[in-house]
Amino acid sequence: MSASRRDAVDAGLMDRFAARGADLVDWIDARFPMTKMLKEHATEYYAAKNFNTWYVFGVLAFVVLIIQLFSGIFLTMSYKPDAEKAFASVEYIMRDVEWGWLIRYMHSTGASAFFIVVYLHMFRGMMYGSYKKPRELLWIIGMLIYLCLMAEGFLGYLLPWGQMSYWGAQVIVSLFGAVPGIGPELVEWIRGDYFISDITLNRFFALHVVAVPLALIMLVVMHILALHETGSLNPDGIEIKEHKGPDGIPLDGIAFHPYYTAKDLVAIVIFAAFFSIALFFAPEMGGYFLEHANFEPANQLKTPEHIAPVWYYTPFYAILRAVPSKGIGALLMAMAIVLLFFLPWLDRCKVKSIRYRGWTFKVALTVFAISFVALGYLGLQPAVEPYITITRVFTALYFGFFILMPIYTSFEKTRPVPERVTYHH
Amino acid sequence: MRSGIAGSVLALMMAFGSVAPVWGAGDGIALEHVLTDVSNIPSLQRGARNFVNYCMGCHSAQYVRYNRLAKDLQISDEQLIASLMFTGGKPHDTMQVAMPAADAERWFGAPPPDLSLIARSRGADYLYTFLRSFYVDDSRPTGFNNLVLESAAMPNVLWQLQGTQRAVFAEGDHGAVFEGFEPVTAGSMSAEEFDQFVSDLVNFLGYIGEPAQLQRRQVGIWVLIFLLVFGLLSWALKREIWRDIK
Amino acid sequence: MAEHSGMNRRHFLTVATSVTGTAGVIMAAVPFAMSFKPSARAQALGAPVQIDIGKLESGAMVRVMWRGKPVWVLRRSPEMLQTMKDSKAKLADPDSEVVEQQPDYARNATRSIKPEILVILGVCTHLGCAPIERFEVAPADLGPDWVGGFYCPCHGSKFDLSGRVYAGVPAPTNMEVPPYRFLSEDLILIGDDAGVSA
Repeated sequence: MSASRRDAVDAGLMDRFAARGADLVDWIDARFPMTKMLKEHATEYYAAKNFNTWYVFGVLAFVVLIIQLFSGIFLTMSYKPDAEKAFASVEYIMRDVEWGWLIRYMHSTGASAFFIVVYLHMFRGMMYGSYKKPRELLWIIGMLIYLCLMAEGFLGYLLPWGQMSYWGAQVIVSLFGAVPGIGPELVEWIRGDYFISDITLNRFFALHVVAVPLALIMLVVMHILALHETGSLNPDGIEIKEHKGPDGIPLDGIAFHPYYTAKDLVAIVIFAAFFSIALFFAPEMGGYFLEHANFEPANQLKTPEHIAPVWYYTPFYAILRAVPSKGIGALLMAMAIVLLFFLPWLDRCKVKSIRYRGWTFKVALTVFAISFVALGYLGLQPAVEPYITITRVFTALYFGFFILMPIYTSFEKTRPVPERVTYHH
Repeated sequence: MRSGIAGSVLALMMAFGSVAPVWGAGDGIALEHVLTDVSNIPSLQRGARNFVNYCMGCHSAQYVRYNRLAKDLQISDEQLIASLMFTGGKPHDTMQVAMPAADAERWFGAPPPDLSLIARSRGADYLYTFLRSFYVDDSRPTGFNNLVLESAAMPNVLWQLQGTQRAVFAEGDHGAVFEGFEPVTAGSMSAEEFDQFVSDLVNFLGYIGEPAQLQRRQVGIWVLIFLLVFGLLSWALKREIWRDIK
Repeated sequence: MAEHSGMNRRHFLTVATSVTGTAGVIMAAVPFAMSFKPSARAQALGAPVQIDIGKLESGAMVRVMWRGKPVWVLRRSPEMLQTMKDSKAKLADPDSEVVEQQPDYARNATRSIKPEILVILGVCTHLGCAPIERFEVAPADLGPDWVGGFYCPCHGSKFDLSGRVYAGVPAPTNMEVPPYRFLSEDLILIGDDAGVSA
């Protein structure tokens, strides 16, 4: 058989395969909008071509969600939500289950990775004004996702039933005692007992593995649908839909697939490398991802010498401790999160991207970022001077960013925003 | 803007890098640093022997299986039974202790803790310093006190090896300040031999804290090699596809 | 021409990246799949079991549990061995042709290492019920042809005193002989047959 003839036969075979495949797609499309959805959300979803590195963290958060779901499902297969057995079952996973240590470290590293990428994702939104009209709801759904994550992390942290699990839960649950009028009853209601017990563990398990993940997945779907409704913003803060070509495609837009799928893939691999370095070479991360005291089983009679929440909560924990009143501290902590929801309305400036905004906002956002990181550091320190005073200063700066925002954004001297996105080949 | 981003990332890293983890060391006694190496199989084997002979009378390692230990430490079944399991049991058993918990509580005031995870909760330096810091104190029921863990309930089980020592304190502004140890009686081991004995033991405790750690690092290297290849490919693909964008 | 080579390059990179990525996903899935295997604890609980038959009388049977299944050890009397020989014609698989049902060293006339000692899993090969031992000859319920053996009450499967299935009953194969070996004259290790040859 000559080479050309063989090619012809192969081509014929390939054509037949392609035809069968097209038939199958038609069959499905008549029953389910598969091609339509693929077009809407991938091949004909147009995003600005000038995304920078800050724009990868959304996709990375999605990747971490998948990691957490998979590793979490496999952990439930060997974990026992029972105060008598929980701690031992985690060690059983770490030692007796084949590859159990990998699955467990995936989940514990994933928890911290989730917050790292989500914090960066949120900061991206703040820099480029992704929360502004018409994306207010997108931002609020995102904030709800963040709240779910905080709840998920907290509920999950009790499950290993170590000393930090126990006493961390004790401290956080006690916070609800600050709610006026019903505080003590509320705390009992959450625990289902007079102390953090087997009952609490069992319900935290149910919430951690079923309820909150369900809410999380629903919110993530809503977040993506809302994003695809308004369209992604870009580092210039320009609506690319305002400049469309004769074919109706935004002139500065490129199809999500293959352009951003290819770019995001590179980001995912780089992220996976960082994730693997943490997972395989420093899963405890010096006590930040897995706290040392949590390798001791929960003991109701012995409080660890130094209780600090896991690093991703410490900015809020620092704010909680900034005032010497439990009620006001808890209120401030709640406000620190609630204020973020109102960002779209607190910011009066019409210009979206920090590239064209005035110096006041640039300074304010920088101060905010420094305060957040500093509070995170301070939340890990013992509550002694000079930390207390420094914490108060940064708490004031944190709130100043939000409360003064309507003022300093009203008089902001912005620079002219270009018509089209800036893209350097 | 770029420098601003880089700056904040750097600040974040510095904030994390500079806080040393808080170990359970009380009273500001400086812990002595011990170099452990879980890939040093002979050291782990000696540590296992030390552990079985000197610790397991009272302390269990209830999450550790003998046969896993034997496999990781390259000990044959015969050696395992002869040198580590002389009290009986089966190779797949976990390292339980024969002493009933109730008796332990009566004798020591508290049941001796399980040591499976002690190196992860306390750290190698703490264990190394603790085991070498028993000193003669007649006011204690065991006749010994410990510099790291004041009023330790644990008796000084290694005194025949180490010999006994006295702690010298100087009067400082804020009470007694520890100055050093003075030997009282000699032990069966020289100081160097004893330090080696303890560091082998601590190394072993580090290993049982996470038996998977050697495998973990090996797998990690292969994963990173794969990601490097995959990363280069996907980066080349991205560049190729993005040539469309003008 | 330049465009053509560009498309080739793109095609190559797409295929190479897809293949590598797929391989990566498969490799990542392996540990998850492997975690389903019996864990070290399950293996410890499923370790070989020792049984001492020094006090087991002729014609008597003892049961032990191994990996969650009942293992029967029967010391067959000379009469039992004789009736087995006599009733061989009625069996479905008298010569243990189905090799999975016993180790090679038990593929013999008595399906055992020592002729009088039967070691067998007490599980009916039909649907996993537990047969009962009926060693009496011609009882009222089993009829005059019954020469003694095992009877499964679930669906009426019948086995001889070596656990070989009779022809014409629901059970398809002989009962299973687990791996075992003799540690000494009276000590049997069930679940481990290292060093036993056929």
